[in-house]
Amino acid sequence: MSYHKKDDEHDRNPFTHLEKTTVLQEARSFNEMPINARKCIIILTKILCLVHQGETFGTREATETFFSMTKLFQHKNVALRRMVYLCIKAMSTISEDVIMVTSSLMKDMNSKDDIYRGPAIRALCTVADGTTLQSLERFLKQAIVDRNVSVSSSALVSSLHLLSKGQDVVRRWVNEVQQAANNSTGMAQYHALGLLYHIKQRDRLAVQKLVATQMRNPALSSPFAYCLLIRYASKVLDQDPDGSVNEDIFAFLERCLRHKNEMVVYEAARAIVSVKNVTSRQIAPAVAVLQVFLGSPRPVLRFAAVRTLNKVSITHPNALKSCVLDMETLITDSNRSVATLAITTLLKTGTESSVDRLMKQISSFMHEITDEFKIVVVEAIRALCLKFPQKYPVLMNFLSSTLRDEGGFEYKRAIVKTITSIVENVKEAKETGLAQLCEYIEDCEYPALLTSILDMLGTQGPTTSHPHKYIRFIYNRLILENSVVRAAAVDALTKFGQHCEGVRQSVVIILRRCMLDSDDEVRDRVMFALSILEGGPAADITHMMLTESETEYVVKCTKHAFAEHIVFEYSVTNTLNDQILENAQVVMEGGEQEIDADDVIMIPAPKIEYDQTVSSFVAFPSDPTVGAQTFETRLDFLVRDVDPDTQEVAEDSYEDTYALEDVDLEFADFMQAVSKPNFSSAWSAMQGVAEEADTFNLEAIKSLQDAARNIPSFLGMATCEKSNVVPEDATRHTLFLSGVFVGNIPVLAVAKLAFDQGVSMELAVRSENEDLCTLILQSVA
Amino acid sequence: MGGFFSSVFSRLFGEKERRILILGLDGAGKTTILYRLQVGEVVSTIPTIGFNVETVTFKNLKFQVWDLGGQTSIRPYWRCYYSNTDAIIYVVDSSDKERMGISKSELLSMLEEEELKDAVLLVMANKQDLPGALSPAKVSEALGLQALRNRTWSIFKTSATKGEGLNEAMEWLVEAVTSK
Repeated sequence: MSYHKKDDEHDRNPFTHLEKTTVLQEARSFNEMPINARKCIIILTKILCLVHQGETFGTREATETFFSMTKLFQHKNVALRRMVYLCIKAMSTISEDVIMVTSSLMKDMNSKDDIYRGPAIRALCTVADGTTLQSLERFLKQAIVDRNVSVSSSALVSSLHLLSKGQDVVRRWVNEVQQAANNSTGMAQYHALGLLYHIKQRDRLAVQKLVATQMRNPALSSPFAYCLLIRYASKVLDQDPDGSVNEDIFAFLERCLRHKNEMVVYEAARAIVSVKNVTSRQIAPAVAVLQVFLGSPRPVLRFAAVRTLNKVSITHPNALKSCVLDMETLITDSNRSVATLAITTLLKTGTESSVDRLMKQISSFMHEITDEFKIVVVEAIRALCLKFPQKYPVLMNFLSSTLRDEGGFEYKRAIVKTITSIVENVKEAKETGLAQLCEYIEDCEYPALLTSILDMLGTQGPTTSHPHKYIRFIYNRLILENSVVRAAAVDALTKFGQHCEGVRQSVVIILRRCMLDSDDEVRDRVMFALSILEGGPAADITHMMLTESETEYVVKCTKHAFAEHIVFEYSVTNTLNDQILENAQVVMEGGEQEIDADDVIMIPAPKIEYDQTVSSFVAFPSDPTVGAQTFETRLDFLVRDVDPDTQEVAEDSYEDTYALEDVDLEFADFMQAVSKPNFSSAWSAMQGVAEEADTFNLEAIKSLQDAARNIPSFLGMATCEKSNVVPEDATRHTLFLSGVFVGNIPVLAVAKLAFDQGVSMELAVRSENEDLCTLILQSVA
Repeated sequence: MGGFFSSVFSRLFGEKERRILILGLDGAGKTTILYRLQVGEVVSTIPTIGFNVETVTFKNLKFQVWDLGGQTSIRPYWRCYYSNTDAIIYVVDSSDKERMGISKSELLSMLEEEELKDAVLLVMANKQDLPGALSPAKVSEALGLQALRNRTWSIFKTSATKGEGLNEAMEWLVEAVTSK
């Protein structure tokens, strides 16, 4: 029964389920004579409902309705006229030729009856264009200083709207606005102050002067105007922390703490605690006032106070000691938002022993609060976990359950950020956190979160005790998600493959399956990953510092040799805190090799902030036959200056270049030294494959010991069977050498050395590749 | 008893408002005429952007009078207000000889409108107080009024600022509208 009744009432509301075409049809009765005011008011209400519900109108139908509506000006009914004003405002942007009501509105604006004047001004200012505005100027100026507060307010608010639409003519009315600010009362005072500020806001000194004058204005009475002035005063403080007016402003704010209106008192307290670099002593009176509000019977005051104190707890946790008892009372507040803020404040200020109790309490109503407050909770937990790392089990447990709950993007992002920061900073919590994130990405609907979690797994996962655990989760993303996420999954897998020998083979198998991915970017990344993992850097990755370690930019070169390509990875570290480097690219010139410019791949480091290290790459086809070559290198980049104090980043950037040490590319860079435990059996096993031998006189080498040091490093091969040790008085010695050449080709060599005035060497090389054997002999020659 | 009823009825019918449009080029004096008719005095006016609408009582008849702006940019919207019109007051600045041609063509194209085919036309040769003002006969000739067919019309010389000629013109209008 009761349901039926409710439904009936619901259906009787004429403004639900409105149909646009029907309403516009009804609007034709605006053209009838005589006009039925009651009926028209209802139709206008329907039109307003449609507009405000977001219904879209075609320009033609809107204009037609608008012109019908103008005919209602013939009727004198006050209620009807005011509905017409509202509809004019609502339709002013969707209908054409709205200036047709200008004269009618101007007449109403100057009417003897005050009830028309304010609303007519508001409607008029929405339809006026630049030209009409010129002819209205005189009337609007008069209205601003009108004795009637509603007229004055309307003119001021309309001027503010005009100003925001770029009608600079409003600036010429500043004297009238000033007069309104000084003489009027109530709302008009508030609106006048707001408009004055907006007219002057681009001129810092003018704003300062405005604030200074108004702080001394004895006529300032409206609490709203007070609040506004407090906000402007805070802005002045904020923009000019060392300004001369600061003492006056502080005195004013403290005076406002004793104002009779609670709103003003709160606004002043909030302003004081938000001042940059404020001391605990300075905020004490404000905190005291907020503490009183904590016990107010009005929920809105309790909420405002606890919310502000929550922010104070970050900057001045100790200043809140006196409030702890009041906060404890609020934990059970029937308003959940108040309770949440109270608990999170206590979490930030409290001791380790109170954590468990508070967490239990907050879990009990987590599902009753909105995402916005859940984020507050999650952020409090992040701070808490870093402060009390031993508490991670209870906190992580809580986070894990929040991840499983329903929630919007911002909320989930806050949780993921919190877990990430705990994983990075609390070693014991790392594996728990990673496991939680893995579970979450199985059912996560936000690609942005998926990619950041995958990146995090790639960074943190390989150094865990069981890296293989994570491969499955990443692999699932590779199958199930969109291309952006798949690309991130490829990157993450690549990192596992690079850093964990144990999973490399599985990673390669998975990546091979992705070579036919539908997305270009994913395929590119797969190919790159495979070239690293499969080709396997044949050469020892060799590092060279290209700068002194104490310089502005530290650049380290790492060479990766592949079967077809050589890749130079330059990791660039920015040590300057007043610069951001952008588009940083190491440029290589010189060398012996003839390389087509199209074959050179250069990847700049897009952005390097202070204390960050980002890599720039240069790659080109490798040719070991060229022998040793030297490249001149330099770092080209764009500099964007940063203010180290404010972190403000300059809008402009400029080019700069930094010379680096030369980079050598040698034969040894293509060879990886891999020792053979049992050389002779390996040597015998290679019998019958390609072998080349030759004899050399090593003129640059002075002794057998010298030879035993230099030859292996020149060839980039490892010495086996301890043959690197040469007895003092020996005149003959044999080196057993082993290595793997790019393309995964094992190479063995036996170097028979003899000393007789100079060093001579008979070098025999065995490998599956005859050309390679020849090449090695050539490189020695 | 019968007398009582009949008096009520006549009052009811008398209450029916007639709809009048005041049209004409910009600066012809339309708004001044409207307020002269309504409040009996000369009010200061500015160019009408859009329209003014007032109720005017003349000889116990109520008129709802629409004064539409005469600027070039506003003229296209006149047509939005044509329906249910009983009479048109077309105002001409008699001293503006240069634009008499434009005034004529605006008048003729308006009279072609189907919605106005039954409307009575009253032309006011206004601003007779100005030197060099054309006589009503000349204005009538310039507008080509003689050529109008199937139209109740008349022309009067007026000076809205002096208040001259308006009563005569309105008397004719009342007569023409009521006998229609």
